[in-house]
Amino acid sequence: MNLLDTDRIRQDFPVLHRTVTGGHPLVYLDNAASTQRPRAVIEAMDECYLNYYSNVHRGIHMLSEQSTRAYEAARRTTADFLNAASAREIIFTAGTTAAINTVARAWGDANISAGDGILLLISEHHANIVPWHQLAARTGCRVEFIPIDENFEITDTVVAEYLERHRPKLFAFGAASNTLGSEYPVQRWTKLAHDIGATVLIDAAQAAPHQRIDVQAWEADFLVFSGHKVCGPTGIGVLYGKQALLEEMPAFLGGGGMILNVTTDGFTTHELPEKFEAGTPPIVEAIGLAVALKYLSEIGLDRIHEHEQLLGRKVDAGLRAIEGVRVIGPSADKKAGINSFVIENVHAHDVSQFLDARGVAVRAGHHCTMPLHQAIGVTATARASCYLYNTLEEVDVLLAAVADVRARFAKTGRRRRSRSLSESGLAEPQSTEPSS
Amino acid sequence: MPQPQDSPNDQDIYQEHVLDHYEDPYNRGSLATATHAHDGKNPLCGDKIHVDLRLDEQGRVADAWFDGDGCVISQASASMLLEAIEGKTVEEVAAFSAENMLQLFGPQLTPNRQKCCLLSWKVLQGALMRPIGTDAAPCVTENDDELDSENKTAFGGPSLSEEQ
Repeated sequence: MNLLDTDRIRQDFPVLHRTVTGGHPLVYLDNAASTQRPRAVIEAMDECYLNYYSNVHRGIHMLSEQSTRAYEAARRTTADFLNAASAREIIFTAGTTAAINTVARAWGDANISAGDGILLLISEHHANIVPWHQLAARTGCRVEFIPIDENFEITDTVVAEYLERHRPKLFAFGAASNTLGSEYPVQRWTKLAHDIGATVLIDAAQAAPHQRIDVQAWEADFLVFSGHKVCGPTGIGVLYGKQALLEEMPAFLGGGGMILNVTTDGFTTHELPEKFEAGTPPIVEAIGLAVALKYLSEIGLDRIHEHEQLLGRKVDAGLRAIEGVRVIGPSADKKAGINSFVIENVHAHDVSQFLDARGVAVRAGHHCTMPLHQAIGVTATARASCYLYNTLEEVDVLLAAVADVRARFAKTGRRRRSRSLSESGLAEPQSTEPSS
Repeated sequence: MPQPQDSPNDQDIYQEHVLDHYEDPYNRGSLATATHAHDGKNPLCGDKIHVDLRLDEQGRVADAWFDGDGCVISQASASMLLEAIEGKTVEEVAAFSAENMLQLFGPQLTPNRQKCCLLSWKVLQGALMRPIGTDAAPCVTENDDELDSENKTAFGGPSLSEEQ
């Protein structure tokens, strides 16, 4: 396994060269929340706005033709990135959340009824939980969760058991957990779900940036991911769906662009993929996304994954070696660049604030996985997530800072100034203390 | 020189008097004789505060106690607040604004962390209106922007936690 040439890669990301709090160099380890963009993505979007921007699929004029060509080329690039059978299976959405909601509304409302089951993992992001709770409220279906074991893992046996027990119509799961960092065997679990007749939705928001995706080999029915986590723009995501499924699904958002014909009595929907792209789509974002996907593909997703694993292992081992730190996630061989942790007697916000003062950007909170945090019994964790531009030296900065956190917040027998004053008779005594 | 948009460093935020209140809080616990009480949480990060008050016949906050769980800022600010308002009239406490709270805390906070600081202030304001034993009591205040739409103090973005 080899590290990437980060000296060269970092030249492509202008933001990485700035300093932050206290004049420290930025150590950006919040990549699971959102990645930074290479210059090529920013320039491609500028190029469109500056030179040829227009609405797509509408104007019979040169700019519209040019924008339409670039937008549709972005769709083909995305189809290649996922190894989709056809570019018609690629729907541009506002993000992963919008993509999952589209499936829940369009496919869910048409296929799910009272008593049907939706099976998820306890580690799902809220984006892959709430739309199913909403579907349950509309239809009366059940939403079931597969738990993690004491090692934060989910085995094939448990997946098979839950599929057999609940016989869900849909198995929707994250290919990688944004909190635990676990990377799940997508192809095997998809096969298990298909064996009992379930449809499978794969949330690849945390997989698309880090590993090669092959929707045909995986036999994914639906797969979704976001632009901003793959070095692309915000405001764009992708919904992949097998053509037959997308064709059967009713349209979700109604409006311009998704119709063939509209009368005072009704409408007929356009063909794929326009059927699911009502309104002016994220044109420039799609163009930027395609450049980002090409950028990652040229470096190679397998090499990026190796690089993250090497960094992630060092983070994992380093954290486990610090007294009072508990890693919330499986062993390093089952995850890549994401490591969540808690520090005894220190709230995650304070950890994050302390690291920020040393230039280190991590995430603190529940990372939109409240059910997982509840299952583990913690309210908030800190999370360091590495990407292709991070270095071993940055990991050292992180670990050195984490090692100092407990000492900073350790109790040292402090007294409030007002109490000291009152006890020395210099201040008014407080009112009588009630029983507590 | 630090720019206004820079984050304060941890020396700036975790000043001595803040850590003093965190470690040696004022009236932490529950108040058996409470006449008013309220709970609040910052749902996005898990900070929790419970406030118990005893209002006397003159309309003063005779006793003010809190309990909770969360970061240094949320817990230290609760201690400072209750110490400051105990003995004041209900009108005086109601007039104590979010701006006053941030001033009382002292160190300048970024909008995301102002939420941590203002949680106890919101719970205290809620407690004034919730006598124990009425229907209003069980309600939990969730720390979001709605209560402060007319207040000049910005609570910042959707918080540290709601973006993946």
